[in-house]
Amino acid sequence: MIANIFFDIVSAILLASAVMVISSRNPVHSVLFLILAFINAAVLFLMAGAEFLAMVLVIVYVGAVAVLFMFVVMMLDVDFVALREGVQRYAPVGLAVGMVLFGELAFMAVNWTMAPGTAVFLQSPTPADVSNTVALGSLLYTKYIFLFQLSGAVLLVSMIGAIVLTLRDRNRGKRQDVSAQHARVPADTLRMVNAKLGEAAKLPAPAEEAL
Amino acid sequence: MQVALSHFLVVAGLLMVIGVFGIFMNRKNIIVIMMSIELILLAANINFVAFSGALHDMVGQVFTMFVLTVAAAEAAIGLAIVVIYSRNRGSIEVEDVTLMKG
Repeated sequence: MIANIFFDIVSAILLASAVMVISSRNPVHSVLFLILAFINAAVLFLMAGAEFLAMVLVIVYVGAVAVLFMFVVMMLDVDFVALREGVQRYAPVGLAVGMVLFGELAFMAVNWTMAPGTAVFLQSPTPADVSNTVALGSLLYTKYIFLFQLSGAVLLVSMIGAIVLTLRDRNRGKRQDVSAQHARVPADTLRMVNAKLGEAAKLPAPAEEAL
Repeated sequence: MQVALSHFLVVAGLLMVIGVFGIFMNRKNIIVIMMSIELILLAANINFVAFSGALHDMVGQVFTMFVLTVAAAEAAIGLAIVVIYSRNRGSIEVEDVTLMKG
């Protein structure tokens, strides 16, 4: 009973903050409400019995992804008010699509029942005697080790991709170029001119300055 | 799990609808569009975890882990693209992104 009331409160806060994420005028507020939504979703994870994932959600999403969003929002010097134009134009279409989608989901939800023999097909039943973290770890590092490694590769690729995309090779002023210095010969830079007595030396037109 | 599975499914469904509506409503602001995508992935994760708890099967939680990984990677790459786009164009209006148009 108390669990149900608590669930209703938390999910109401979750849905309200999700609405605020998409309707807030200031994107900084959007990010803050996104953080609130993630924390409430972590509470829902806890109520569903996934303690480790709840903590991962708080650490990874609130600590990394939401902060990344906040960083980008604050770094970009963009007129966010101008970006709000056209909300009235698109809202009816979005509302229609959302209603259709929710209607379909609700239709499925009321007509849905679990097949009677579902328990036979469980891939890895939750062990009763160990904690959630131990159970998840003993699955991840044994049965799903290749998928686990693959997700690490996905993260590595995304890290390299983000660095390559945003790295700018600025012109960092003068730098020593050792091979160019070694390749210098006197003929490139030094000219001998015979100056006659009593006259100014006639310099040939200077060649383009090498190096 | 003390709360019935259907409660979780309703919350996740509503969250996904809010995310889709957010994509339609903020057609110009790509940062809010990416936050909406995060909301949709969160709804999928809530479904996975709820079914995992209801069926007493750990695979749902393992899959949620992978969804979290991919979502984090997607956010990093997407925000990097937003940063270089705004550096080049001075705005992030995705409606007038027609650079790839023939």
